[in-house]
Amino acid sequence: MHSDRASFGLRAASLAGLLFLHLPILIIFLYAFTSEEKSYAFPPPSLTIKWFAVAWNRADIWPPMHLSLWVATASTALAMVLGTLVSAAMAQTRFFGKEQISLLILLPIALPGVITGMSLRSAFSIMNMPFSTLTIILGHATFCIVIIYNNAVARFRRLSGGVLEASADLGANSFQTFRYVLLPNLGSALLAGGMLAFALSFDEVIVTTFTAGQQSTLPIWMLQELVRPRQRPVTNVVAIVVFMATFLPILIAYYLTRNGSETAGAGK
Amino acid sequence: MRARRASNILLMSGFHMSSSVPAAVEFCSVSRHFGPTNALVKAVNSVDLTVPEGAFFAMLGPSGSGKTTCLRLISGFEKPTAGNIRIFGRDVSDIPPNRRNVNTVFQDYALFPHMTVRDNVAYGLMVKGMDRRLRESKAEEMLSLVKLEGYGDRRPSQLSGGQRQRVALARALVNEPRVLLLDEPLGALDLKLREAMQDELKTLQARLGITFVFVTHDQSEALSMADSLAVFNNGKIAQIGTPSEIYAKPRTRFVADFVGSSNVLSPKTTRLFGGPNRWSSLRPEALRLTAPDNVTLSGTVTSQRYLGTGNRISIALHGTEVSALIPAGQPLPKTGHTVGLAFDPAALHIMEDEK
Repeated sequence: MHSDRASFGLRAASLAGLLFLHLPILIIFLYAFTSEEKSYAFPPPSLTIKWFAVAWNRADIWPPMHLSLWVATASTALAMVLGTLVSAAMAQTRFFGKEQISLLILLPIALPGVITGMSLRSAFSIMNMPFSTLTIILGHATFCIVIIYNNAVARFRRLSGGVLEASADLGANSFQTFRYVLLPNLGSALLAGGMLAFALSFDEVIVTTFTAGQQSTLPIWMLQELVRPRQRPVTNVVAIVVFMATFLPILIAYYLTRNGSETAGAGK
Repeated sequence: MRARRASNILLMSGFHMSSSVPAAVEFCSVSRHFGPTNALVKAVNSVDLTVPEGAFFAMLGPSGSGKTTCLRLISGFEKPTAGNIRIFGRDVSDIPPNRRNVNTVFQDYALFPHMTVRDNVAYGLMVKGMDRRLRESKAEEMLSLVKLEGYGDRRPSQLSGGQRQRVALARALVNEPRVLLLDEPLGALDLKLREAMQDELKTLQARLGITFVFVTHDQSEALSMADSLAVFNNGKIAQIGTPSEIYAKPRTRFVADFVGSSNVLSPKTTRLFGGPNRWSSLRPEALRLTAPDNVTLSGTVTSQRYLGTGNRISIALHGTEVSALIPAGQPLPKTGHTVGLAFDPAALHIMEDEK
């Protein structure tokens, strides 16, 4: 007889897989509360919440935190503009080599970060651009664009080309068509893409390492902090912050795009 | 809006004095080619046509014949590769779609999914800057014209196909276009609704006096609705005329085949029927069945189909097959029997050679 339930072995294996993936994250959370600050002894001798206060008062956390927020915001904003434009162009026109161009747009996310980082670093050097916040933002924008592009181009495809023509037919100029037809229909896709891009930028390490000057973003600060045996749980507190800053946007983005057709209809 | 219309009338009377009334739409050897030179697609190939003002003009043809491209040339979404287009005497080559006084009812309606029905209808007025109260009352007026009072607050997704079609119509008409373009507007509707909408469109057009240009691949729709129609084939106009001209006197084999249930007779068969050595057409209702004798043509009944108003009989003769329409109530020959065929020689329409 055919059974709807998976066998015990399969269920156990999937559970083990899920645990393997997510247990380490829980352990990170756990060590944010440990009273032992020099090593990660298991089990933690006792639990405390003092590290949150310590982290809050550590002056060296704030600059990387601000930098990370600023980089994520700026690169997302830049990617929103460029990604929307390129997706509009790709969705509405047909030209020779379009498939190849489309692949090129997607490449930054498929390419290993080291390659992107190296190429950006040499490019910035050739252009005599000092490594700064600006170069980090540009570096992050390369892969943020892909996220926005993917979200927007899917929505463009679903948005029948007809409505844009209908708008022009009814007397709207291109700005009015953008404002009254395109943007309301694209809104949720852009918001979702923006949230994903923000999350991606916020925890990026590799490209940042190659494009940053002296300053460090929050993930890089954490990396440096791990080798220091002082106040280790503070790093875990920051890890929780990074987790929240990236996981929440992804969760919201998921709910925004889950019922794509509905949000397209509901628009605003 | 009223004032503008009045000034149009003045303008036209001015034209009257100088020359004839300009046509609503005029094509002067218009071509639209697509693709690279080595694989050129001549979607529209040197088309001349004139749509008189106030006409219900149909563009009929199989898919890919260029009729929709012609419509898009009028709306401005396509630009002619060669030739020029005039709308009410004015060359529109450099006028973008949003500044032509022409509106379109799109094939898939293309309603704005994120707006209410009222906002959809009022859209054209909104982008012109009309204030909310005025444009909403005009939108309501239009909704009642298309019999959709009380639907203003709904979303397009909450409407049936027929209702969406009416919204699309109201949305186009609210702008008081001088020419309304309809791109297979009834294609997505079921038969009963389609027939009801055909009547309604016809009535609406007569009442508003707007020039309608209607694209369809359904010949019965074109014949029953249009004042005049153009039959398209391969980017060219195969024939242009009134429905009865096109039905009774198809110019070429293509027109006869596409438009009607006419019998298309090869030169050999035409000679057999007493005509010259040319292609001809003969309407099924022109054929009468007689008792077989040695004088008249005779053939074998191969099949018969009941059509409600009559019966369509297929008769095989001399290696070809013709059909005859027998009005209801008249005796029917049995399949396999031999029958004689008689017809008025004037009904045999000789066609031009296809170029």
